[in-house]
Formats: sequence, C-alpha cells, structure tokens
Amino acid sequence: MYGRKVKLRFLFVVIIFITLILTVFLVLKSLEQNVVYFQSPSEIKSSVELNKSKIRIGGMVKKNSISINVKEISFIITDFKNEINVIYRGAVPNLFEEEKGVVAEGFLKDRNFLSATKILAKHDENYMPPEVKAALEEN
Amino acid sequence: MFYSSIGHYSLILGLCISLILIYFSVKNFKNSTILNTKILSFTFLQFFLVVISFICLIISFVLSDFSNETVFNNSHTTKPLFYKIAGTWGNHEGSLLLWLLVLTLFIFIFFLKTKNQPLKYKLLTLIFQQIIIIGFFLFLIETSNPFNYIYPMPEEGMGLNPILQDPALAIHPPILYLGYVGSSIIFSSALAATYLNIVSNVWASHIKKWIVVSWVFLTLGILLGSIWAYYELGWGGFWFWDPVENVSLMPWLALTTLLHCILVLEKKQVLTSWVIILSISTFTLSMCGTFLVRSGILNSVHTFANDPERGLFILVFLFSLICVSLFIFFFFHKSSQNNLNSFFWLSKETSIIINNWFMMYFLSVVLIGTIYPIFLDVLSSQKISVGPPFYHKLIIPFLIPFLIAMAIGPKLKWIKSNIVDKVYLILLLIISIVLSFLIVKKFDFNLLLNTILVSSALYLFFITLREFFIKKYSNISQNIAHFGFSLLILSILFNNLFSSEIITNLKVGETFTSSKTKIVFKSINQKKEKNYKSIIANFSIENLDGIIDNLSPELRIYNQPNIVTSEADIKTTLLSDKFIVINIVQNQDYFNVRYQVKPFMLWIWLSVILISFGGLISFFKKEYEK
Repeated sequence: MYGRKVKLRFLFVVIIFITLILTVFLVLKSLEQNVVYFQSPSEIKSSVELNKSKIRIGGMVKKNSISINVKEISFIITDFKNEINVIYRGAVPNLFEEEKGVVAEGFLKDRNFLSATKILAKHDENYMPPEVKAALEEN
Repeated sequence: MFYSSIGHYSLILGLCISLILIYFSVKNFKNSTILNTKILSFTFLQFFLVVISFICLIISFVLSDFSNETVFNNSHTTKPLFYKIAGTWGNHEGSLLLWLLVLTLFIFIFFLKTKNQPLKYKLLTLIFQQIIIIGFFLFLIETSNPFNYIYPMPEEGMGLNPILQDPALAIHPPILYLGYVGSSIIFSSALAATYLNIVSNVWASHIKKWIVVSWVFLTLGILLGSIWAYYELGWGGFWFWDPVENVSLMPWLALTTLLHCILVLEKKQVLTSWVIILSISTFTLSMCGTFLVRSGILNSVHTFANDPERGLFILVFLFSLICVSLFIFFFFHKSSQNNLNSFFWLSKETSIIINNWFMMYFLSVVLIGTIYPIFLDVLSSQKISVGPPFYHKLIIPFLIPFLIAMAIGPKLKWIKSNIVDKVYLILLLIISIVLSFLIVKKFDFNLLLNTILVSSALYLFFITLREFFIKKYSNISQNIAHFGFSLLILSILFNNLFSSEIITNLKVGETFTSSKTKIVFKSINQKKEKNYKSIIANFSIENLDGIIDNLSPELRIYNQPNIVTSEADIKTTLLSDKFIVINIVQNQDYFNVRYQVKPFMLWIWLSVILISFGGLISFFKKEYEK
C-alpha cells in the first residue's frame, strides 16, 4: 500500500498530464479549423481542387478595375499573370488604390471569383504585404 | 550636426560607463561589505548621459536638423511642434533610445530605493542589468544609431507616418516601455536572488513593488494602444488579435501570473522555482515581442524598417540571455525544503495555482496563434494567418471557470479554508443566472453559451461589489482589480452582443435607409491645415427613437508623406458609442461609409483604468494583506 500523500501526488500528476494533453489537442484542433491560407491568383488557377474554406488572396489591384455602387465594391486582383474578380461589401482601408498591393480575405465562388469579407489595411505607402511581394516575385 | 555629435558621443561614453560599472561591481562583490559610493555616482552618470543623448535627439527633431538621418526619415518642417517632439520616439532608433533611457533610469531608482537587501544581491542585480544595458547600447550604436549623418544635408524630411501623429500614440510608447523595462529589473533581480540563494519572502515583498509598477504601466500602455487603434485605424473595435497586439499581451499575461504567484511566495516560501521561471519568461517575452516586431517578421505600424541585421542581433542577444538565465536557474537554484509547503486543497494557494494554470493556458494559446504562422512559413513556406475565431474558440469557454474561480478564490484563507457565506454565494449565483438569461434572451444565437458567460461575469461583479461593503478594506486593491476585470468582461460581452453596423457606399446628398436607421449624407466641406488638407463629411443619423445625431468624419490628405487617413467621428455617451468613418475609393464619386453603434465602449476603457488603479493602490499600501 502507498501512503495517502503519495496517492494524492500521483493523482495530481495524472490531472496535470490529462489537462496538458487536452490543451494541446484543443489548440491543435482549433488551429486546423481556423487557419486562413494565403494564395496568389496563379496558385488558385492552377489548383486542382477548389478551396472551400476562407482564404486570402494577394496581388495588385488592376488599373481601372475598381467599380462601386451603393451595396458593393468590385475590383480585380492581378499578379500580372492571372486575375481574380473580387466582390466586396464592407469598409475599405485608406490605402486601397489601383496599382497598389492588396490582400482580400473571403470565400472562392469559382476559380475566377472571390466574395470578400475583409480587405486588409496597410499602414503606409511604401509598405507591401510580404505575401504579396513574394507572390509577385515568384512570377 | 552639433547636437547629433553630442548625442552620439554621450552614447559611447554611456557604454564605457557600463564596463566601468561592471568592473567596480565585481571588485566590490568580492572584497567589501560596504557599497562603493562610486557605483551609485556612475549609475547616475550613465543615466545622465543617456538623458543628454535623448535631449539632443529631441532638439534635432525640434530644429528639423535633416543632416541627422533619423530626423530626415521621420520628420518634416510643416509638422506641428508637438509631433516633432513625440516623433522622437515614434521611430525605430528613437524608441530604442527611449528604451535605453528607461533601463538606466530604473537601475538608478533600484539602487536608491532598495534598502534592507544584501549588498551582494544589489551588486549582482546591477551586473545583470548592465549586461542588458550593454546589449542595448551595442544594438543602438551598431545597427540603429539615431545620430547618423547625411551629407549633403537634404532640404526637407520624409515626414512621420500620419497615423502616428496622434496624442494617444505620443504617450503610448513611453508608458509601455516603463512596463517592459520594469520586467528587466525583475529578471535581473530574480537571477541575482537565485544565484545567492535568497529567494525568500523578504525578497518577494521587495520585488513585488517592481512587479506591481511594471504591471500597472504595461496595462496602461496596452490600453493606450488599444484606444488609438479604435479611433484611428477605423476598424471599429478595440482588439483584433493582431500579432503585434498579441506580443504585448503575452508579457502582460506572464506578469499578471507572477503578480499573483509572488503573493504565495511572500506568505509561504513555496513556488520559488515557479516565480523564477515566470520572472525569466516575462522579460523573455518582452524581448521576443521586440524581436518579432523590430525584425520585420510581423508587419505592422511598428515595423519602421525591415532590416534583417537588427533582427539577427536581437535574436542572438535574446538567445544568450535565455541561455545565461537557464544556466543560473539549473545550477544555482535550490528548491526550498521546509515543512510549510503543504496546503489543503481548498485554500488560497490552490486558487492562485488555478489562476496560474488558466493564465498559462491563455498564454500558450496566444503564443501558438502568434508564432505558428511564422514557423509554418519557415518550414513549408505556406502562408497562413490565424484569425480571431481561433482565439475566441479557445479562450472564451475557459473564461467561465476562470471568472468563477476569480470570484471565490480571494475569499479563501491561506493553508486551509472553508467556504463561508455559502448562502450568499449561491444566492448571488442564482441572481446572476436569472439576470443574464433575461438580458441575453432577446438574442437567439448561442443562447446557452452567452447566458453562462454573462452570468459568470455578473457573478464576479456581484461578489466583488458586495465585498466593497462588508470588508474593512483589508485587500481593497485586489478587490478593485477583480471588480474592474468583471466590468471589463461584461462590457466586452455586451459590446459584442449589442453592436450593430452599417456599411454602405454613398454619394453626397444620398440617403441610406434601413429598418432601424436613416443615414443622410448632407454635404462635404474642405479645410486646409499646415501639413494636410481635410475633407469633412457631414452626416445626420436618425434612429428609431427619432433622435438625430450630426456626425462629421474626416479624411485627411497629408502632404508629406502623401497619405490619406480617416479620422472617425465618435459620439461617446455613458451607454454607447456612435462611430462613423468614411473613405474614398479612387476615381469614384462614392464614399465608403461605415457606421457602428458600439455599446459600453467607454466602460471597456474605464474598467481597464480601474484594474490598473487596483495595482496602484497596492503599490502605495504598506501592508498588502493580513
């Protein structure tokens, strides 16, 4: 027989161990579901399967592609090889301009069309989102 | 030119004094039992030199001395004087100089204010602190010198990013740094105490003051950043789980844990290793934050320039600090062996351990969410981002037991306790549940979760509220802080539940009508200021009750650098904020309009102030708790 103290300590260790495993499991599980992947228009065009979950697309806003009405704004994101049409309802950031870098977050309807839920703000005029830069450099 | 040289050479002298100080401290440490008075004078001299250097930089900014590279990159002659001065620490080089200033100030205060502690401990803390200071001196002089020359001298500067030209952001960095740098004192002192094996209740009550001070400043610093983001970025929220916000939250979580844990050490001489680990990790997390933000790995308004060399320097520095501290911890730390360290499961100790567990859980969630994308990028070059749903999903369910433990924990006694006032505890629980059900009932979504959440927050609210009346203010600071926290959670919950938002695109003269709100875009006027032109839009907004608000959000077109910023117009009342922000879309007649009603916004700010006020009281109270 083990003493009461040893049993208690053992119980304590087991509880800590279980909570630890549970924590790691919960975090990883949740991470899997809530991660947003970043892709360039070319990657989407060449993808075999259409991504159903929320994604981010980055590139340049094509010249003369912005149009607007009461409800929504539409524009084209290009990486100078391929293009994606974006329709967006929501607030635009200050530095959303034609021929400037942009990141749009939303759901793909098909390979040419994104319904955006968010357009990401940039913080100054020289700044280019690193994803966009990398995507443009690849081409 | 002149001031830059003075500033530059004061920095180099300051670095030399670090070496002198270490030399004297080591000598003093070995030989004598009386403090060498030279050490105090040199510590002051070092602080004084950094002050001179800092003042020189301010003067260069005020005089718009564009032969200085930092001034050239971040200032402009048309900038208002206030922002010329505030711009001193609104950039990478200047903010590091500020960091150094606070470092030298704190070690000086530490020497003045620390009494009744062994001399060896003071000297050793000084040595560790000087190692950090040397690191920062080298970093500043080698990779980000604020006094670099440009020749020939440019006519005009590049200007400061307009979104940084804001009163809240002028005081946000100094306050935040006081918190960050305070954690460096805790770090050095913990290492010194471990080395000398004096981690005891005496040390705990001495270092507790520093923990409280850093914690108060860190809390206020985060609050200021949050307020700024709310009205300046125009996203209409106060927390976005942006990596840059997270890196300031992580040291805060570690520091808050330490703040609770040190109480146990103070009373009972247990959890010594845990306190040391927390002290080390708080500072490490502050440094990690600096690394992630400064190196350009995380992109944000804080990334002034992406320079891999800087990132590498901080990384090496951080790595060696961690190695040294781990070495000291494993080789010198002796865990205390005394018979006091057993306690009953229902006791204050247990409740603090529960608090620690939850805090560590929150910390690991934030840590994983922040660095996982970086690792994935390095390992598989897949680019991802982790958004708010991740954090909400993992943190919100655990808030419920956390809040309840927070309500009951402080009522328990040390070592062994019974739950007193059972009737009240249960009665209040029932009241909270019923009340929150009535409040949440109107909203169909997530009824169960919201009811439980609101009721646990209400429960903490009622219990701490009652405590104000029945206790004879024996631990008023704790109660204020916990009361503030319950208020914070309640405000955030109501804010989320009852917020409404309209986003639309309007031309001048048009009207937007929905079932509840009518937005009339009446007119625009233009105004010309010294360094920007502004377009002011006039809206009148009518809600169901027939109340009409006139709001005038603004667009500012700054001339140098040429950036457009939106200035939100916010009408704040006790119960809710009405927030409107506009934006232009290039080559279009339409304005992008975002109108939000955000309830209890003011209470979010007030409750955080209340929380730090609790900390402030405990600092000024001589005897914290009987």
